[in-house]
Amino acid sequence: MPSILIPTPLRKLTNELETVSAAGANVGELLDNLEKAFPGLKERVCDEAGNVRRFVNIFVNGEDIRFLAEKATPVQDADEISIVPAIAGG
Amino acid sequence: MDKPSPFFSNLKCRECGRLYPKQAIHVCDFDFGPLEAAYDYDAIRGVLTRDVIESRPQSMWRYRELLPIDGEPSVGREVGFTPLIRAERLARVLGIRELFIKNDTVNYPTLSFKDRVVSVALSRARELGFKVVACASTGNLANSVAANAASAGMKSYVLIPADLEQGKVLGSLVYGTNVIAIHGAYDQVNRLCSEIAGKYGWGFVNVNLRPYYSEGSKSMGFEIAEQLGWRLPRHTVIPMASGSLLTKLHKAYKEFVTLGLAEKSDFSVHGAQATGCSPISEARKRGSDIVKPVAKPNTIAKSLAIGTPADGYYAIQSMKQTGGAAEDATDEEIVEGIKLLAEHEGIFAETAGGVTVACARKLIESGAIPRNESAVLCITGHGLKTQEAILGKCGEPRVINPSLREFEERIYKADEASAAV
Repeated sequence: MPSILIPTPLRKLTNELETVSAAGANVGELLDNLEKAFPGLKERVCDEAGNVRRFVNIFVNGEDIRFLAEKATPVQDADEISIVPAIAGG
Repeated sequence: MDKPSPFFSNLKCRECGRLYPKQAIHVCDFDFGPLEAAYDYDAIRGVLTRDVIESRPQSMWRYRELLPIDGEPSVGREVGFTPLIRAERLARVLGIRELFIKNDTVNYPTLSFKDRVVSVALSRARELGFKVVACASTGNLANSVAANAASAGMKSYVLIPADLEQGKVLGSLVYGTNVIAIHGAYDQVNRLCSEIAGKYGWGFVNVNLRPYYSEGSKSMGFEIAEQLGWRLPRHTVIPMASGSLLTKLHKAYKEFVTLGLAEKSDFSVHGAQATGCSPISEARKRGSDIVKPVAKPNTIAKSLAIGTPADGYYAIQSMKQTGGAAEDATDEEIVEGIKLLAEHEGIFAETAGGVTVACARKLIESGAIPRNESAVLCITGHGLKTQEAILGKCGEPRVINPSLREFEERIYKADEASAAV
């Protein structure tokens, strides 16, 4: 299963786990399955309409899903997914 | 631990308004909205007057009640209060009645506005007990973290894209910091840093210390208003990378009005980006709130090359609320902007300064800034840091032998002849 890096603000929901695994053929399915394992997680990442929130970035192997296929971006077993809050410039 | 500041009360989510304690946290647990410093303005109003400010040393810390630390500043006490120059010669070229340059190319100690944010971030990092500080940077921030950490005796790590200008790399290495160059664009450096932050208990100035760091930018706005004689500038042109500086100048002007330090008056904040990475300007021009990230930034203005600007949304709101516009400048226009500023005002700015001048020219030409009004241009970093950008584009020295006759023939007479044409 793909592994997902969980950012600090969400670790209260994952029993402080930094990395979790979830099944799914694309990012959207992954988020749905994460929600089943860790209730409450999806509403942190997605807004009421189900879209990824403005201040959340999701990466598949380092690529921002907004440059791929958003939530339809396919994922495979060996992929590394990161959920990262947007941060300031430098 | 210092006694908590009676003025700086909480961190507050910009999205939902939830309050958080003043710790090393930067996003709302609930919606990932950025946390921002909140103040008790009623308490500040009785304490921070024009007279009090004017009686204090000329540094950014003369506005300390409006900066988010608990005790006395312990890092960067001398930062800020850079000159505000009346730019009459450049005003004539750009065709505007009145023009000022806020000259942060001479900010202390590392010649960019980043010393303002780092001074706050490292002072707060000490209050919170951090031993190691770090940052993700396009160069200027790295220089500033390295220098200010060195003078404070703190260990530091700076993470930068591997393709930065040599001046900015050397300008970090010299302070004995740990420079980590990442194969990838700034946005990838950023992502790595937010994964590292928290893992080792380090204070990342633009990640877990961001609510403190970003407030330092307000000091530029406070200084502009004070230096104009306690009034707000009608127009301010501000370079945008993440968009943070623009939002903080907006906040600074509003705070001065709230506190009665400046009269309420119309003001507009305008944003400037490089064409090769202009997600915020592009959205503003489109009239949209949605910032489309740029996957592969391509501009000589590397300090502004942030494809996924964290504060882009808020920068657009600030421009909208104040009637501000946005522009972008090509590499050629950026070089031209650098030269215009240097040749007319004697100020050597880095590429971001070229962006600001070039975009100001466009904003004046389009009427977004009317010619009979007054504007301030924020010039945020020194040109010695980005020499590659103009190498070979400002002419070459004329080489002669140490001979009076040669000088006479090849220099003096040649110049007389060309002046006569």
